[in-house]
Amino acid sequence: MQVVFKVQRYQPERDGQPYFQSFPLELPERATVLDGLHQIKDERDGSLSFRRSCRSAICGSCAMYINGAYHLACNTGVETLKAQEIVVSPLPHLRVIKDLIVDMQPFFEKFERALPYLMTTTPPPERERLQSPEQRRAFEEMINCIQCAACYSACPMVWTDPQYLGPAALTKVYRFVSDSRDEVGRQRLALVDNDHGVWRCHTIFNCHIACPKNINPTWSIQQLKRKTIARRLRFWERG
Amino acid sequence: MLSHDVLVVGAGLAGMRAAVEIAPKADVAVLSKVHPLRSHSGAAQGGINAALGSNDSWEAHMFDTVKGSDYLGDQDAIEIMCQEGPQDIYQMEHLGVPFNRTSQGTLAQRPFGGSGFPRTCFVADITGHAMLHTMYEYLKRRGVRVYEEWLVLSLAVEEGVCCGVVALDIASGQIHPMRAKAVILATGGAGRIYWGYSTNGHASTGDGMALAYRAGLPLMDMEFVQFHPTTLKANGILLSEGARGEGGYLRNAAGERFMAHYASERMELAPRDVVARAEQQEIDDGRGVDGCVLLDTRHLGEKVIQERLPQVRQLAVDFAQVDPVKNMVPVRPGQHYTMGGIKTDAWGATSLPGLYAAGECACVSVQGANRLGGNSLLETIVFGRRTGQAAASLAAANGLPPFPQGIVAKAETDVRTLMARESGERIASLRYEMGQTMMDKVGIFRTRERLSQGWEAIRALRERYSKIGLQDKSRTFNTELVAALELGHMLDVAEVIALSALQREESRGSHFRRDFPERDDVNWLKHTLAFSSDEGPHMEYGDVVVTRFKPEVRKY
Repeated sequence: MQVVFKVQRYQPERDGQPYFQSFPLELPERATVLDGLHQIKDERDGSLSFRRSCRSAICGSCAMYINGAYHLACNTGVETLKAQEIVVSPLPHLRVIKDLIVDMQPFFEKFERALPYLMTTTPPPERERLQSPEQRRAFEEMINCIQCAACYSACPMVWTDPQYLGPAALTKVYRFVSDSRDEVGRQRLALVDNDHGVWRCHTIFNCHIACPKNINPTWSIQQLKRKTIARRLRFWERG
Repeated sequence: MLSHDVLVVGAGLAGMRAAVEIAPKADVAVLSKVHPLRSHSGAAQGGINAALGSNDSWEAHMFDTVKGSDYLGDQDAIEIMCQEGPQDIYQMEHLGVPFNRTSQGTLAQRPFGGSGFPRTCFVADITGHAMLHTMYEYLKRRGVRVYEEWLVLSLAVEEGVCCGVVALDIASGQIHPMRAKAVILATGGAGRIYWGYSTNGHASTGDGMALAYRAGLPLMDMEFVQFHPTTLKANGILLSEGARGEGGYLRNAAGERFMAHYASERMELAPRDVVARAEQQEIDDGRGVDGCVLLDTRHLGEKVIQERLPQVRQLAVDFAQVDPVKNMVPVRPGQHYTMGGIKTDAWGATSLPGLYAAGECACVSVQGANRLGGNSLLETIVFGRRTGQAAASLAAANGLPPFPQGIVAKAETDVRTLMARESGERIASLRYEMGQTMMDKVGIFRTRERLSQGWEAIRALRERYSKIGLQDKSRTFNTELVAALELGHMLDVAEVIALSALQREESRGSHFRRDFPERDDVNWLKHTLAFSSDEGPHMEYGDVVVTRFKPEVRKY
């Protein structure tokens, strides 16, 4: 299959501005976008820089903006894009370090702000904490998150509010709020019940469209909104 | 100078498990060439073994592991793993790992290859992913410093003690000395040596093994390379053993469940070495389909597949355009795991004071000549914890050892020389030839002739490696430089694998010699120890620890 890869380039020591460079490629059938990038790096220009690791859609390294949409480069078949020209840019709205590599620091800072770990007040039992399959199902979707930052990059609220936790971190909050083993739900709801938390979400659903694992962060955030309201009402009832 | 009590190199499950063990006791930092969540532990799919059931026992788990290892695993270490494993798994559950559950709410367990009991705990088919994320979350909770996207260039050794590392900050291109009272290598496997034929991600380039080998430490049992029975032909992507654990079949071109001829009792759930060889035999004898056999999960039904094997389904759809609910998936054996590694004791200590190793880069040895599915995640958390305990004790008892002079300047010169070379062969062509050579000559079926050819070919590639050229001259995030250094690591380790395999004149576990098809306990019930020398790897041999289970005929 013959295609042209048009790739955004930027080398900070040399380039004032990012620019696009085109590479006509001959790719095998079923080649992925990552295969195309590797072919460029291996045979044409060794300086082309991008992150990749597992190449099987589980490590979250290679989220990119490809032909106007968010994809993992590794599991996106070139043919499925149905285009002669494949335009590859780094995740929009994140600072570009070099070529397709962006600064993930702000994303992971928000991950940490979300208290992303199970917290309990009772000591652990000798064996496992019991949890029914139904209880587990409540957060099953959220554990598929690979922290690739596609949703974060796609969210207009993130673009305008640098303090906003964003869809991935809020999904992580809901993952623990809905885990029957977690015992600090009220603390978690207090954490997100503010202008830079759940109320910043305007249900635009870009995050859901962007997610390469088909997770729906907007849904999780709406569940958190309901729970924060319920928490406030109970507080109000008690006076 | 950057300085910590303990420095952990590698942020997969073993490295992070060690770090969270150390964090309350000493100043620990983790250094990793990829962000911790990009580590290859996250690609582990099927599960983690431990004898939790009331009808199961750690002794039974131990026996299955010893037999699975074809009696090469050290039984004292295996005993520790199987005995301590259940508590480590409960601890992972307490940290938040979302294991699948039984209707009673306890941890669910599925059958796995080579195990006499369903003892594999799992999180659907993303067990490694779920454990890796939980471990990273806990690492953050403990406030452990992580040097993300740093690559170790060499170990620092002074007066016979490991006293830190020299490392490259990939983002800035700066080279830094890092002092430590103890260094733990937890850099994972070396699967990319079989470039193009491995399930391993791009980061599994045997860095820690090469660093230790270059520092004079022995690599143990490197000839034992696991080939996983169900990988996709186009790219080596793994489909979990869980697919067979949940009841999937393997069929040949005639539709026959051919495992009946190779392992009539355990069938598809024989250990991986047995199944991988059977598949290759079927393919070689012309009973395959386009170089593959067929994984059949159609009879499991959509509900089971969606609930227990969702990733397998998605991977097959995305990478082979086949929906396993409706069609059989062509699969073939692909490189999957490095049983050998840096020789350690059961506390992760190497023969170099101050240096430890844990996880796939280490050889304790619990996996012996063939690892059972579900035992690698277990090894990471049991021996990650123990290694953390040992390194923390060492750090508490000692001050910072002296750091060698001139080692940073040498690393800087080496990197500059490599980057300055204007013309030269491309990394990619060497890597491609390395992968072809290893799969063809040091693959599933081996002979003296092919292994000799393979060893010679790898030596020739090492010669050519000294003349590679780089196009990327930038110090910022130079991934080509990283790839060049990784290739150097892989070629060192590849030579050890090829020569270790050439010298072992018997068949045991994953190492199958057509010219020596039988196991030979009289001459070869021993560990290979490969040391670096100017003439290439120098082999010595060590005793295998046999305690409870005397070697028997291994039949499934």
